[in-house]
Amino acid sequence: MAALVSAAGAGAKGSAEAQAAAFFRKRLLFLAAAVAAFLALNAVCAAYVDYSFIDTLVQVPAGVAWLIVEFAPSAASLEKLGVILPALGSTMLVSVAASCVAAVLAFALAVMGSRSVGLGGPLPLLARGIASLFRNIPVVAWTFVLLFSFKQSEFTGFLALLFTSFGYLVRCFLETVDEAASGPVEALRAVGASYPQIIAQAVIPLTITQVISWVLYMIETNIRDATLVGILTGTGIGFVFDVYYKSFRYDVAGLVILTVIIVVIACEMTSNFVRRRML
Amino acid sequence: MSGRGLNRTPASVQAVCQEAGPAAAAAAAEGACPGARLGRSGSVKVHVASRENVALMAVVALLAAVTAFALATMDFGKATFPAACIEALEDFAAMMLTPGLSGHFTLVDVVEGLFVSLALALLTTLIGAVIAFVLGLLASSNLSSRAVSNVIKALMSVARAVPTILWVLVFSVAIGLGPEAAVTGLLFHSVAYLVKAYSESFEEVDPGVLEALRAAGASWWQVVMRGVVPEKASEMLSWTFLRLEINFVNAVAVGAVAGAGGIGYQLFLAGGFYYDIHEVGLISYLCLAVAVVLEVAATRLRARLTTTR
Repeated sequence: MAALVSAAGAGAKGSAEAQAAAFFRKRLLFLAAAVAAFLALNAVCAAYVDYSFIDTLVQVPAGVAWLIVEFAPSAASLEKLGVILPALGSTMLVSVAASCVAAVLAFALAVMGSRSVGLGGPLPLLARGIASLFRNIPVVAWTFVLLFSFKQSEFTGFLALLFTSFGYLVRCFLETVDEAASGPVEALRAVGASYPQIIAQAVIPLTITQVISWVLYMIETNIRDATLVGILTGTGIGFVFDVYYKSFRYDVAGLVILTVIIVVIACEMTSNFVRRRML
Repeated sequence: MSGRGLNRTPASVQAVCQEAGPAAAAAAAEGACPGARLGRSGSVKVHVASRENVALMAVVALLAAVTAFALATMDFGKATFPAACIEALEDFAAMMLTPGLSGHFTLVDVVEGLFVSLALALLTTLIGAVIAFVLGLLASSNLSSRAVSNVIKALMSVARAVPTILWVLVFSVAIGLGPEAAVTGLLFHSVAYLVKAYSESFEEVDPGVLEALRAAGASWWQVVMRGVVPEKASEMLSWTFLRLEINFVNAVAVGAVAGAGGIGYQLFLAGGFYYDIHEVGLISYLCLAVAVVLEVAATRLRARLTTTR
């Protein structure tokens, strides 16, 4: 830092040429410092977890080649589609249900806890705290807690997804509600509308496109997360993948991945289409 | 993130019309609300069946129907519902109110595990940011050819479609269990996410700036370093930090299911092998603490970057 300051000081006294040279020297120093800090941070992290960059560079290309050969679905694996597709369907249903139920609950909490149309008092702080708690406890921890009492069933997975989606959506909806509805709410309040009327006539119509947009995004995210939860709760596509993966039927596992890719991309395209139609 | 929506039909205008009352509305609609549709009695129609509204209602109805169907056909397992709910609440209370260790791990183990997860997340983010920067440049339509941009965008959307956990499981058999597999698996999503964020932000750069640089004879790399990076550096930093937050969550999850180590693995042992709710509670609190710190830091960073710009 001292070097930078003295370099800049010297440049200011000299001619324009010296000034330009000082500018470039300063920028070079800054760039070098940034790169050095970046590399140092990488090195510290890598040393801490025993990660080797060279091993990765050597192993990954060979690994990818091996993977493409081993995980390529064969004709025999196509027979398992009868097992894969129903599981995929149930995972999708659970994801949609978790997202929608979470959205309804989250919207209610977000409206009550909003700073512009909320009920006031300690609610805004409380809503944010609850959202943070639900969102930041790892989904794995939720799953284990629920597994103890609800055992291995689809419903357990549904609840685990519901909780994390709820936490995430409350944060999004709080922002949406606070941003969207101040003028119309004030207008309605001035005409003497009751609280439910304000919610029904101003808050919901103003935010619903955004809300649906978030729900569609949440469904995509949940289909991916459902795979993780499914491995733990023994349901859905995650379980099917786990079974074939652990019994070394990599061709079927590859087929599972392929179907997941197709479903997620189809879901993304549908939600993009819907978003364009709605706005 | 999903798109920021526009405010829909000017509801404020409609509200003003309502305020004036139905009798005055017809006159007001001519002046204050041009384009407002009138009902048979002369009152302003508040609910107009526009194309957007129909699409919106269709989506809401469809989602509600699918949710109802899913809940009706869901497998609720063998647990009896009210008893299980009470049990779950008790477990949750035990987890949150009496966190502690009961001999399976020491506190040092757990904290070390936390740092392992954090280091994995950091490594993934740093390496991912470098890869994503290059790919993001190639994927943004104003800096690259259309064909290259489309190919990269398609590849990234495939990478994003596969759940992180599957990438890590696949790579742990392809290159062997360990931090290399974990980071490689985590990288896919990280890179795909950042490429999307970076390229969308690069595409917003003023085309005049790029044209001026190109006209002055700047090479492609000079255009990038002088025209794009200085303008978008803070935005990139903000996205990258956001990704660090997500990567930490993913590193915990991946540790739990793919055995990639870190606090996630200890969480998996505590929950899935020792059935120890108190340890699950303690580990959850540690993860919660890190997540909150990262979130607050990200918010601060974003606020500072937007004010200095």
